[in-house]
Amino acid sequence: MLRKLHGLPSLFMALFLITIATTGTMLSLMPAIHRAHAVVPDKGEVSVAAMAQRIVQHHPNVEKIDRKLSGEVVVYYKTASHQPKADLVNPLTGQSIGPYQPSAFMNWVEDMHRSFLLHDTGRKLAGGVALVMVLICLSGVFLLVRRLGGWKALIKPIKGSGVKRIHSELARFAVLGLLLSSLTGSYMSAMRFGFVKDHTFIPPSFPSSVSGGQPAPVGSLIALKNIDLTSLHELVFPYPGDLQDFYTLTTEQGSGFVDQSTGTLLNFTRLPPMGVFQQWIIRLHTGQGIWWLGLILGASALTVPVLSYTGVLAWWRKRRVKKGDLVNTPSKEADTILLVGTEGQTTWGFAQDLQRQLIRAGRHVHCAQMNQLVEDYPQADTLFILTSTYGNGDAPTTAQQFMNKLKRFTSNNSLRFAVLGFGDRQFPNFCQFALDVTTALEQKGLTPLCHTELINRSSAEQFREWGKTIADLTGWPLALSYHPQPIATQTLALVGREDYGVNGRAATSILRFRAAGAHSLPFFEAGDLLGVMPPQEATARFYSLASSTTDDVLEICVRKQPNGVCSSYLHGLQLGDCIEGFIRHNPEFRPAVGRHPVILIGAGAGIGPLTGFIRQNTQRHPMFLYWGGRNQKVDFLYQPDLTRYLNDQRLTGLQTAFSQGEDQTTEKAYVQDKLLQDQATVRQLLEQGAQILVCGGRGMANGVTQALNDILEPLQTNVDTLKAQGRYLEDVY
Amino acid sequence: MRKYIFLALSLITAFTLSMSAQAQEVTFTTHLARYDGSGAYLAIYLADAHGRYRKTIWVAGRNARYYFELPGWARGSRLRPSEYDGMTGASVTSGHTLVVTKNIPDNLINKGYQIVIDSAVENGNSNRADISTPLTTAGSGKTVMGSVYVLSFRYDLK
Repeated sequence: MLRKLHGLPSLFMALFLITIATTGTMLSLMPAIHRAHAVVPDKGEVSVAAMAQRIVQHHPNVEKIDRKLSGEVVVYYKTASHQPKADLVNPLTGQSIGPYQPSAFMNWVEDMHRSFLLHDTGRKLAGGVALVMVLICLSGVFLLVRRLGGWKALIKPIKGSGVKRIHSELARFAVLGLLLSSLTGSYMSAMRFGFVKDHTFIPPSFPSSVSGGQPAPVGSLIALKNIDLTSLHELVFPYPGDLQDFYTLTTEQGSGFVDQSTGTLLNFTRLPPMGVFQQWIIRLHTGQGIWWLGLILGASALTVPVLSYTGVLAWWRKRRVKKGDLVNTPSKEADTILLVGTEGQTTWGFAQDLQRQLIRAGRHVHCAQMNQLVEDYPQADTLFILTSTYGNGDAPTTAQQFMNKLKRFTSNNSLRFAVLGFGDRQFPNFCQFALDVTTALEQKGLTPLCHTELINRSSAEQFREWGKTIADLTGWPLALSYHPQPIATQTLALVGREDYGVNGRAATSILRFRAAGAHSLPFFEAGDLLGVMPPQEATARFYSLASSTTDDVLEICVRKQPNGVCSSYLHGLQLGDCIEGFIRHNPEFRPAVGRHPVILIGAGAGIGPLTGFIRQNTQRHPMFLYWGGRNQKVDFLYQPDLTRYLNDQRLTGLQTAFSQGEDQTTEKAYVQDKLLQDQATVRQLLEQGAQILVCGGRGMANGVTQALNDILEPLQTNVDTLKAQGRYLEDVY
Repeated sequence: MRKYIFLALSLITAFTLSMSAQAQEVTFTTHLARYDGSGAYLAIYLADAHGRYRKTIWVAGRNARYYFELPGWARGSRLRPSEYDGMTGASVTSGHTLVVTKNIPDNLINKGYQIVIDSAVENGNSNRADISTPLTTAGSGKTVMGSVYVLSFRYDLK
């Protein structure tokens, strides 16, 4: 609902919004430009009378003196030959600075901004667009809060990647400015069309009688002597020769008249408080007299075209994923429930194919994340669960609350279920979570429809076979045929390698790749992932990048796994050999921007991205590295680089731990032991707001978590709290 | 019955005759000069031989807050809405023409009254008597040149 409220008006109004925002940005520069041209005396320095006298000395037949909010003073007068002229004047000398010619182009821009060049109709439209913008801003803020998980998270680094991240980051930067512009704009429109009474205008009540005496010099008029130039808006001169006429004066405080002979102030009407408020609304919108605010509003408005573009793009992508018109039956009415547990998109692809086939078979399907398990599906007779496994047998993102929710789940007796697991057989605990779910459902008393099938590496073949089994058991004609989309890869050539380790044991290599041929590398940063497609394989393996685009090389650190298909393949490469690879951005794993210290913790090949972060630390923010290897002599990865970074202060401190001593005298330790040794320092750094980034194997990561929880205890906090604050990031495999 | 119809008819005839005897239809045509800026506000009004405001003919421009910028007319009419109610229309943009037709009482023609036009443009000048010309039978159909935003003006008595 909120998403629609945000997206639909944005989509329909995009062109109008972009027009108003772009012209608004151009207009926002004007107050600063005008201020730069104006000579602005201090408060109390010049009175209106004194300035008017000087201006009259230098200009014939003065009709009007106009002081803009920017401080510019414009005099309207007629030459001896009755030609009307307007000049910018220096209020200190009364002399002309130059002719006053509002730019015809800027007038056009202003007209475009407030009415799309369509006069009153356009003005109404523009007012409506401003109001819609208020709605878009507010719904956007609520969406962002919901997405980030709370109001406090608004000031933390935003996770995610691609257009959605750009959209959120920009919106967060601009939303206050945009809200101010659109709220004040809507209000001004409401004033213009009479929905709100305009109090900034005081209908003039002309004096019923004037002295009618001979005019006195303007500089001698007492009423004008009493008014400071800084509060003047406009002074209109009496018609020459008309002794019954008077000066008309408008100031910040109100408006009235001045007898041209006696200098008495007549019928002065003060601006009511509401009028003062409305004048401020106008100033806040236009930035007139507040040039710096104008620039801020302009910068905010500049984001609107990008926000529109990224917003539409995100919407379009979402729509494309949904394409195929899968009717999702509400959970209360569905006879078939399809729940999905996944980290990425792949499993959804399989689920959608199954859903489509089930619908074709006449089933009423409710498809949702496993996290969205409800307490009861009254009409359902069949439950399908398609899930991957995260890490070492844990629940993937969309299934993390499943086991908890299952405790409250009450099934009707006739509900049968089938679980389909997705994973990669080469990793330990293959599809463990799928097996755990099967057990849990059986304990709940549900009847298995068939045995739990475990799909290896997104095998389309296995999926189709499983479909046949289900079809045989249920009698529904299912023809499953989902093929995961192949990923666009790039050919990369090995241009350098450094090998560590002896006798093939724990052999680790630093590999460097460049784009093959005349191609260039895509944009990437240290901590992003390089996906490598081994030949004849359907699925990619991911390695953390130790380099950034600026290094002009893709650097990864690879440990040879026993029986590892991809690591063996990479280790077997000769210089000049080519691989197929692609970049997957991983913005969740980055040091936060700022001066807070950063503690990097890693083991083995996990040092790769950490070294990359240190290499990028040209700002010399405090950065500490704790790293654990096996053998100091043979696998101290990046030793020369780290020594160099210590010397040039990109790295503040380095602690290494080696688990295999050369002989009895060498100390044997793990990285968590080093943390415990340094616990006083670590605590101090964390109190200064330090951020921790951990990269390496899951065993090491668990050890580090335990050690840090011990270290954090005196501070009455723990790793979970740091994680929630975005101060504890893991890249664990 | 026939008597009543006759009475009514003669009354209508008498009324129409008396109307035509007291007022004349006059067409006022105002050509604006070419200038940079938004639509001009104009006040067309009658003033006596001393330049004192007598009667509003037409006000171009709908937002009453800017009427104040039409100096001679604003002071003369004191901006009382009763002076201009029903006699206002859109502002006139650069290079365009405003044509207004109105019945003017005979006792204002050839009696020393003049037609005056004040003009004003946003971020521009406010002009008292951009046009000022006597309202006479002889002046009908003759073009008068304006001084600021009004390029030329003429009126035609029917």
